[in-house]
Amino acid sequence: MAWSPPRWLRPLVFVVCLIPAAWVVFAIASDFFSGTRLLGSNPIKEAEHFTGRWVLRFLMFTLAVTPIRQTLGWNWLQRYRRMLGLFAFAYATMHLSIYFFLDLELAWGDLWADIVKRPYITIGMAAFALLVPLAVTSTAKMVKRLGGKRWAALHRSIYVIVVLGTIHFWMAVKRDITLPLIFALIFAVLLGYRVVAWRRRKLTAAAREAAAPPTPRRATA
Amino acid sequence: MLIKKPDDLRSSEITPENLYYDRREFLRAAGLLGIAAATLGTVESAHAGTQNGQEKDDLTPFEDVTTYNNFYEFGTDKSDPAENAKGFKTKPWTVKVEGLVSKPASYSIEDFIKPSKLQERVYRHRCVEAWSMVIPWQGFPMSDLINRVQPLSSAKFIEFQTLNDPQQMPGQRSPVLPWPYTEGLRLDEAMHPLAIFAVGLYGKTLLPQNGAPLRTVIPWKYGFKATKSIVRIRFTDKQPRTAWNQATPNEYGFYANVNPEVDHPRWSQAKERRIGEFRKRPTLMFNGYADQVGRLYQGLDLRKNY
Repeated sequence: MAWSPPRWLRPLVFVVCLIPAAWVVFAIASDFFSGTRLLGSNPIKEAEHFTGRWVLRFLMFTLAVTPIRQTLGWNWLQRYRRMLGLFAFAYATMHLSIYFFLDLELAWGDLWADIVKRPYITIGMAAFALLVPLAVTSTAKMVKRLGGKRWAALHRSIYVIVVLGTIHFWMAVKRDITLPLIFALIFAVLLGYRVVAWRRRKLTAAAREAAAPPTPRRATA
Repeated sequence: MLIKKPDDLRSSEITPENLYYDRREFLRAAGLLGIAAATLGTVESAHAGTQNGQEKDDLTPFEDVTTYNNFYEFGTDKSDPAENAKGFKTKPWTVKVEGLVSKPASYSIEDFIKPSKLQERVYRHRCVEAWSMVIPWQGFPMSDLINRVQPLSSAKFIEFQTLNDPQQMPGQRSPVLPWPYTEGLRLDEAMHPLAIFAVGLYGKTLLPQNGAPLRTVIPWKYGFKATKSIVRIRFTDKQPRTAWNQATPNEYGFYANVNPEVDHPRWSQAKERRIGEFRKRPTLMFNGYADQVGRLYQGLDLRKNY
């Protein structure tokens, strides 16, 4: 009865997720080597911001999977969560690479100075550092090795990551906080959903427990 | 006729072909502004030289100068001003001169410009966000105006104010900055020959996104010290409260002199990206104008007075 997506959907989603990355690589190269203006007057800055926004979008997609699955009953979505999460990591790696290779031009001293002196960089780096173990433990093998419970506990750090990521973006903008505010609101809804779901689970568990001992048979009703 | 050999010229001094042709259009545009033809024959050109001989200062393309702008009155994205300022009305335009001055007056923009001889100034422009450009401005020294209106001896500062018109300037409908945009200089800074009022760039009348019809250019300071679309100039004895300083005092000071050694709290100011270049270049003290303006700040703690 459960609908399952056609076979071609998975590769299609994969390719679609690659489009922004392919576009930005092409645009940087084209702007500098062919004199186009795809990324405007300051292509490196624009590429940095562009990839940064995509990190937040993919984190948003990843976190949206569970609420959508549960409320709409689209269980097949679950199988796309890992891919979306790994894309968040891939875009974060790209964002960091553009910052370090093209913006800082491999100046380790400047990187260190940025990390210790500028809180928004410190926070962004922390978010990235927390993403790494999630990417590493994303394989089925690792889930098995860690055990479902421990794996799930570890991967709950994504909640911290989105908070750090949003703060990083919020602090990085100069004055106009419209976009960081929009991300913050969306993440608030996505995290809020989990808090509500968690509380409801706790309440029903408590109710069940309260109801269970005297009349164990009725509890199943 | 004496023809200079090409190798006597630094590339930064060569007027690009398009600018050469644009010049005629500028003359026409300037004519529209009501400037006497006699003045126009003598548009002077001055390029303040670089201090480190290695770095070239080629003009930044017109397209970048007119599409990559911070002018929050028209939106906070760099591309917003060029989009949103399209129908901006600069005619008629009145500039008020008031405060501690012998001859306060309300000028039409034409009368404001007319007495001065327009000059061309090719200046480096360094944004506080660590990018930079090289722009050929047309304008006249601030000191021209200051001498004309004769400030009182009690005047120590000069304050500039941008038009306040949320109808035309959509950015002013949200409180990103305290409107109207207000900036200021010490009077001796304003009297410095490098400080100018600009009415054109690249030989054309200023476009709205660049601050038409009248803006200040203070090349040794970060770009935000400039005031665009000026309607009010006030002489005062107190240091003016400036827009960015009011908005974020720990990040933007009153002086805002370009200084590679004093970082913005959120980024380093040691290097900059010249628009159009792939690699960054070192930022120069006072944006490379230290020889000319350094004396203004002798004895001043530049770390405290950022």
